[in-house]
Amino acid sequence: MLKDFLTNQDSWLNQEGPSSDIIFSSRIRLARNFSDYPFPHRLSKFKKENILNRIQQVYKQVNCLRKSSFLRMEELDNLERQLLLERHLISLQHTSSPKGKGVIFSKDERIAVMINEEDHLRLQVISSGFDLKLCWHLLDELDNELGLRFEFAFMPDLGYLTSCPTNVGTGLRVSCMLRLPALVITKRINKILELLTKISFTVRGLFGEGTAAYGDFFQISNQVCLGLCEVELIENLAGVINQIKEQEVEARRTLLKKYKLSIEDSTHRALAILRNSRLINSKEALGHLSMLSLGLDLGIIKGIKRNVINNLFIISQPAHLQKIEDRPLKEQERDYIRAEIIRDKLKQEDFLKIRN
Amino acid sequence: MVCDVCNKNSATVHLTEIVNDKVVEMHICQNCAKPKAKELKGQLSISDFLDNLLNKEDVKSKELSANCSFCGLTLAEINKKGRLGCRSCYETFKEAVTPLLKKLHSATRHRGKFPSSGMRDVLQEPKEEDLKGRLKRAICLQEYEEAARLRDEIKAREKK
Repeated sequence: MLKDFLTNQDSWLNQEGPSSDIIFSSRIRLARNFSDYPFPHRLSKFKKENILNRIQQVYKQVNCLRKSSFLRMEELDNLERQLLLERHLISLQHTSSPKGKGVIFSKDERIAVMINEEDHLRLQVISSGFDLKLCWHLLDELDNELGLRFEFAFMPDLGYLTSCPTNVGTGLRVSCMLRLPALVITKRINKILELLTKISFTVRGLFGEGTAAYGDFFQISNQVCLGLCEVELIENLAGVINQIKEQEVEARRTLLKKYKLSIEDSTHRALAILRNSRLINSKEALGHLSMLSLGLDLGIIKGIKRNVINNLFIISQPAHLQKIEDRPLKEQERDYIRAEIIRDKLKQEDFLKIRN
Repeated sequence: MVCDVCNKNSATVHLTEIVNDKVVEMHICQNCAKPKAKELKGQLSISDFLDNLLNKEDVKSKELSANCSFCGLTLAEINKKGRLGCRSCYETFKEAVTPLLKKLHSATRHRGKFPSSGMRDVLQEPKEEDLKGRLKRAICLQEYEEAARLRDEIKAREKK
């Protein structure tokens, strides 16, 4: 099961959206609950199954989900659940205690619906690069379609009701995954992170809640979701993202101007390590891949396609490696195979260095 | 990378904390992470955060033990878990929840979309400020027909 992921050319992960040199992905999710059931943490397994069955019966009639897959978390093994997490289709929380939980996702992996996570439904749309408009367009349509078939827990004054009061109102969380290597190198990043938390935005790592920031990836999202309409929330975040993007562009310019030689050195070293190492752990790989991306962005390294690197960001993660090998791997085996795959992918690319 | 605490084992846990508005990074090994994890558990759990907020609201013990008629949850349990149990909880415990929402979101009134199931028609006449919120939303979404309809409705009311 799930082997198709490895060859899924339709996946948003293989696409190159707007501003994808800085913004890896955009994502919006809505929290929705059925009005006639208590929230998932108050439900027996039997009732959760009821909900799963109810959704399984109708999801194919929903336009946006017509060609989607429906999976029960219980029927997947640990590795497969991890794989879904690595592809950003489910949350970390959704990988544990699988009973009564489910997920629906479209073939391009843009649309995903988590069932019985913290709320009955978590609808998400994700896309490559900086494309919140597209995300909202699809998500709004999905929400409207589901709203015609189910009665959601809603109060006119409070809006959509959710298990955690932080999601009440629109139930909307909008986020962008940014790659900010130049702000990290120039150490300007900390100031920005401090400022963001002061103006009610949340900064997280690569996989959202409870994960560290690796490979210069930062996920920035809204905290507040009541009192403003959906489009205002999205535009507020987009405004912040645009500012950070400008800061990163500025920092990249500074790097090229003031530290050209050392940045050339660092990016070529990263490339050399990736092309030659025999053992590499995922954190190290992410770091060098990020540096290699930077070399590409700054025009120092040429002749490599961005989606090859973006794809390596994804497939060098533990569950992907194990899926490729189709067996569980110990840590050192993983490091060996990761190094092998990276070497292989980068060998196929024809590098033209700026100096020769 | 070597562990920041014992300076011996290699660091496998990476923490980013915000202390006094400053970002502090820590890299620690599995062994040193265990006590740290306990510390964090007390520090970061959302239920503690909510507990604090709710307690400040002077909730009387009688109210704490009142049950939600739909799911049976009490306010004391909500305090503990940081989660409400069902849609009814929001009505039953409205007095305790409203100030909490105000602290979390700096707002208490929904201005976003309504369910498409026609909830809108079931409602009693919306208040004027609701209409204004909906007008704002319709303009944001470039739903100009809806915006014009709302504008006329607001005008008509103001004439009354």
